[in-house]
Amino acid sequence: MENIRDEAPRLFYDTTEGAARMQNDVVLTMRGISKLFPGTRALDNVDFTLRRGEIHALMGENGAGKSTLIKVLTGVYGKDAGSIHIEGIEGEAPIHSPQDAQNAGISTVYQEITLCPNLTVAENMFIGRTDGAIVNWKDCEKKATAILESLNIPARAKQELSSCSLAVQQMVAIGRAVDMNCKVLVLDEPTSSLDEQEVSMLFKLMRDLKSRGVGIVFVTHFLEQVYEVSDRITVLRNGKLVGEYPVAELPQLELVAKMMGKDLNDLEGLEKADRHTSAATETVYEAEGLSSTARRPFDFRIRRGEVNGFTGLLGSGRSESVRAIFGADRITGGKVRVRGKAVKITNPHEAMKHGIGYLPEDRKRDGIIADLSVRDNIILALQVMRGFFRPMKRSEMEAFADEYIKELNIKTASQNTPVGSLSGGNQQKVILARWLLTHPDYLILDEPTRGIDVGTKLEIQRLVLKLAEENMSVTFISSEIEEMLRTCSRLIVMRDGNTVGELTGDELTQAHVMETIAGGGVQHG
Amino acid sequence: MDKQKKRFWERMGIGQLIIPLTALALLLLFNLIRDPGFFEIVVNINNSGNPVLGGNLISVINSASELAIIAMGMTLVTAATGGQDISVGAVGAISASVFIKTLIGMGEVTGWTLIVAVLACIATAIAFMMFNGTLVSVFKIQPMIATLILYSCGRSIAYWITGSATPQVNSPIITAIGMTIPGIPVPTPVFMVILVGLILALIFRVTNTTLYTQSVGINQGAARLNGIHPTAVKMLSFGLLGLCVAVASIIATCRMSQVSHKTLLVDIEMDAILAVAIGGNSLGGGKFRMSGSVLGAYIITMLTVTLLAMGINSVNIKAYKAVVIIVIVAAGSPVIKNRIAALRNRRSVSEHSAVKGGAAS
Ligand SMILES: Nc1ncnc2c1ncn2[C@@H]1O[C@H](COP(=O)(O)OP(=O)(O)OP(=O)(O)O)[C@@H](O)[C@H]1O
Ligand SMILES: [Mg+2]
Repeated sequence: MENIRDEAPRLFYDTTEGAARMQNDVVLTMRGISKLFPGTRALDNVDFTLRRGEIHALMGENGAGKSTLIKVLTGVYGKDAGSIHIEGIEGEAPIHSPQDAQNAGISTVYQEITLCPNLTVAENMFIGRTDGAIVNWKDCEKKATAILESLNIPARAKQELSSCSLAVQQMVAIGRAVDMNCKVLVLDEPTSSLDEQEVSMLFKLMRDLKSRGVGIVFVTHFLEQVYEVSDRITVLRNGKLVGEYPVAELPQLELVAKMMGKDLNDLEGLEKADRHTSAATETVYEAEGLSSTARRPFDFRIRRGEVNGFTGLLGSGRSESVRAIFGADRITGGKVRVRGKAVKITNPHEAMKHGIGYLPEDRKRDGIIADLSVRDNIILALQVMRGFFRPMKRSEMEAFADEYIKELNIKTASQNTPVGSLSGGNQQKVILARWLLTHPDYLILDEPTRGIDVGTKLEIQRLVLKLAEENMSVTFISSEIEEMLRTCSRLIVMRDGNTVGELTGDELTQAHVMETIAGGGVQHG
Repeated sequence: MDKQKKRFWERMGIGQLIIPLTALALLLLFNLIRDPGFFEIVVNINNSGNPVLGGNLISVINSASELAIIAMGMTLVTAATGGQDISVGAVGAISASVFIKTLIGMGEVTGWTLIVAVLACIATAIAFMMFNGTLVSVFKIQPMIATLILYSCGRSIAYWITGSATPQVNSPIITAIGMTIPGIPVPTPVFMVILVGLILALIFRVTNTTLYTQSVGINQGAARLNGIHPTAVKMLSFGLLGLCVAVASIIATCRMSQVSHKTLLVDIEMDAILAVAIGGNSLGGGKFRMSGSVLGAYIITMLTVTLLAMGINSVNIKAYKAVVIIVIVAAGSPVIKNRIAALRNRRSVSEHSAVKGGAAS
């Protein structure tokens, strides 16, 4: 670990930073930051410098300490050592709460959305930011509408937030943050639930703010995005600073090596990997005219060992389709056959009994049981399948938890750690472990790689292909089309809540998918 | 060494209990300084010539029984629903009325009539709790509001059942349950607490009640997507609370050999909720520790008995009790806990860097 530090000496501070200071364009300096959690040293003597009008990517594997560094900066956590200086504020910046941070000109969009789902969009954008107790909501709505329009956010001010898709919620959070006159904008994985179009919209916005002199801290696991917008990269590993580099001086592979502490030898390997086309003909699951309160009637089938996927823009009904299959929303009609037998699936429990597993899109709301331990979270679904009257032995639970913590490389202080205190990516791995442990015949993965670092993302894609080879059927949903093209042998394209095409074989190219999404494809029901 | 000690505490799962245990220890210490005679345990001979234990400590342990039992059930309802049942006292009055009317109706009290009456009492309490449970889990009414209904009309229902003001039943079997069994000097209610504790422990052992209840209490939506039925889990918690209420109401009836619908288990709901909180359980639901609530029940009773022993009159006692309870609950609040953790971290970071610095130079 130490030798990497030597290998990449912090030249930058010694030379350029001195000059930068003189030009007085450093807006934020964090020095020697340390933060302890029970059993983990989340940050160990970390330095971070942000200059005016730069987009600064903060990179690292899951659990490296990125979110923690941000939360220390914004006063969510107190720091255990170190100092923070902000341009224009004499001495140490007095940040003890998110409110202080906001007053000091630091606006933040956290990794997990922290808005209130049952308030309207406008209320969410202005709550806690109005001057007096008396609020003119009419005015707020007007202002909100203006911001939504200027940022091209597809939401209405009066709409209840929970009725928006996760991506739109994310954009509302950004809208809330950028509206405040800020010096520093912090975005922790803002793009993890956005599709390409929305990402480019966000980038436009970021560049705009940058030209106005805002310093932007940007956390993401998408390497291309880093190279597309950022000027500088700071890499963390295991809570320690690896170094700070101008983007031009750090090629992608080197960045990955610095993040992981080893070379990622076959980043390309999977592209060429044989896409698994199942030879079996047995249909595992089949739905005819299935509909739910959230999804119009659709037909769907998957064979044993097949990997297929739903694709389409956000809000096109991908998630609603799989939720209907799993019985997560109220089912309003349709015929379902599992392994040829007609069955009724009206709630998740019945789906599980028929060998279906479902990893939901929104891990915070639908996935983790935050206060329960990593162990309980991993065994939960299997335990439920075994039944209320058949509790597992403690030793069995421990063995299962250990197995999957190792297998998926989950970074946690212990099995007993509450899952809510794990880093975002590691929480995702816990939910994935939960469903892998049940060995379902048919596994639905809705955005399984959200918030997962590059190395692990490839591992998960490999895992999906391996499971398919072992005869598991998998439905895969991802906002990243390449990821789906790598894993799926059949893609169901959706637009505005309808199936508009089905692509197989040679049709599985990015261009073809985009075209079908845009409306060029064959019209199905 | 320090680390090992911490491990031990963790393994014992004592973490959450540190504050109630400390509170109990302080209360005992306070009494020791104030008047060592407080701890005297005496052997009295009762009316029927049998030896029974007496003294302040015994009276604490004995009179806390109903509270301890109801606190156990309240813990479950709190964990599953994130709310509290305030009708436990009133439902207790109803089930006690059913108990005593059944007994009286069958003439002389024998083992068999007792069993019938106990079953009728349990069935009644569970049925009324299921009513609460339905309002909460099916109609999604806030527990405090839902249980307000029986809280306000439960004692009237009890009055209709008893018909007259205070039905009485005289039998050695009843005194054996409410006071002591001849030959055994320890009051019977103490054993009833242990019995209910064992029954619940057994249920937790052979079923997934704990995991399901906690999951539903923490994140109901996620629990559902993992195949748990939140409605069933909440109903179960109310059902078990019903069982606890029934047992408590039987004890309370047998102590007095009569049922007064106005005073039986009166005000016990507030003490039960406090016991849950003092035990370090979140009133917002989720994770729970039943032993904490039981400890809380004994702390509250100990506090009352201490204040009584100090000669404070019963009107003022409530105010004194409130002050002490605020201190205990505040000490266990996340704000204070986080402060302490932050202090500890800062110290260990500076130690860490001191070691590092030393090695470097
Ligand atoms: N509230 C907390 N309590 C205990 N440990 C925590 C807490 N928050 C974070 N940690 C630990 O600190 C470490 C760093 O977590 P952090 O969330 O900063 O990672 P990250 O770099 O943001 O990862 P990801 O890419 O997965 O979001 C992890 O090991 C995590 O388990
Ligand atoms: Mg993070």
